[in-house]
Amino acid sequence: MSTEAPAAAAGISYVYAVGRAGTGLDTMSGPVPGLDGGVLRTVRAAGLDALVSSVSARTFSTEGMKAQMEDLKRLEEIARTHHLVVEAAYACSTVLPMRLATVYLDDTRVTEMLHQRGADFCGLLARLEDHVELGVKVYADLRQPAEAETADAVSTPAPVSPGRAYLQKRRAQRRSTQDVYRAAGALAAEVPGRVAALARDRVAHRPQQGELATAEGENIANDAYLVPAARAGEFRAALDGLAEDVPGVRIEITGPWAPYSFATPPAEAGGGRSER
Amino acid sequence: MSGDVTSIGSGTESLAGRQVALIDLLDRLLNGGAVLTGDLVLSVADVDLVHINLRAVIRSITSDEPAPW
Repeated sequence: MSTEAPAAAAGISYVYAVGRAGTGLDTMSGPVPGLDGGVLRTVRAAGLDALVSSVSARTFSTEGMKAQMEDLKRLEEIARTHHLVVEAAYACSTVLPMRLATVYLDDTRVTEMLHQRGADFCGLLARLEDHVELGVKVYADLRQPAEAETADAVSTPAPVSPGRAYLQKRRAQRRSTQDVYRAAGALAAEVPGRVAALARDRVAHRPQQGELATAEGENIANDAYLVPAARAGEFRAALDGLAEDVPGVRIEITGPWAPYSFATPPAEAGGGRSER
Repeated sequence: MSGDVTSIGSGTESLAGRQVALIDLLDRLLNGGAVLTGDLVLSVADVDLVHINLRAVIRSITSDEPAPW
């Protein structure tokens, strides 16, 4: 006999993303697992489908989440599962990704939420239709090549030939720290203009620091751009070679991502855009 | 950690099946995504998530300014 209270043992509804009804989100239950192996399902209301799976009420209660967030491995597991579901959904059709750990007591509450927020969602979905997010990070890299080698061999494919990269690094060492930072700042400032015709919107994320920031050098700009999916290649090409002749400065492009950074409903209190 | 970081000039990839760098993922999942009022973990889903011990590890997500809490 279970020692858990019925309420704690029951599943609650974790929402990954919301898309328009009838766009194939209901076909995802087979191939893609939800959190903790839960089966994905859709909750339909107001012409929208919410992509949902059941999670343990105890694990995903406020207290449970706080405990889980103390554990980086568990946070990573949750984040990656959430992301894989959103990514698979976005491959299917335009969806609005939810922030991590958006949880409702049951599907009825999800239905209510869809009715309440339906108009906002439809507006956002229309805005994001056929767009992807691309990340652009600018680094100032003052480190020695040998030191960089040991950091993490697989994290960054060499952007240029090894010999050339080596020479670039040697040249970088000769320059003063200040020069490199100034050059990186100037280059970062140049990026928005370069992609202005291709990007519909831009959000500046905080530069990446801390233990998880394993890339070489110091991240001095960490932006996200909303780009028409069909023009992602053009976007990359527009930044091609920009950092090539700037010693110690590197640009990295990530994505395409589902448009996480552009998914904030404007009407939600406290849900302002993260432009800083 | 394997990343999906691609050098400039490479072509468009499919959205699915890439292992992305955790820090890039957390930038999006903790800073981005639609913020709704859920029934539970309301505060966790917002900035309070970094109120916890992990904030040193995931400092990219937290404020540079002195913590508001």
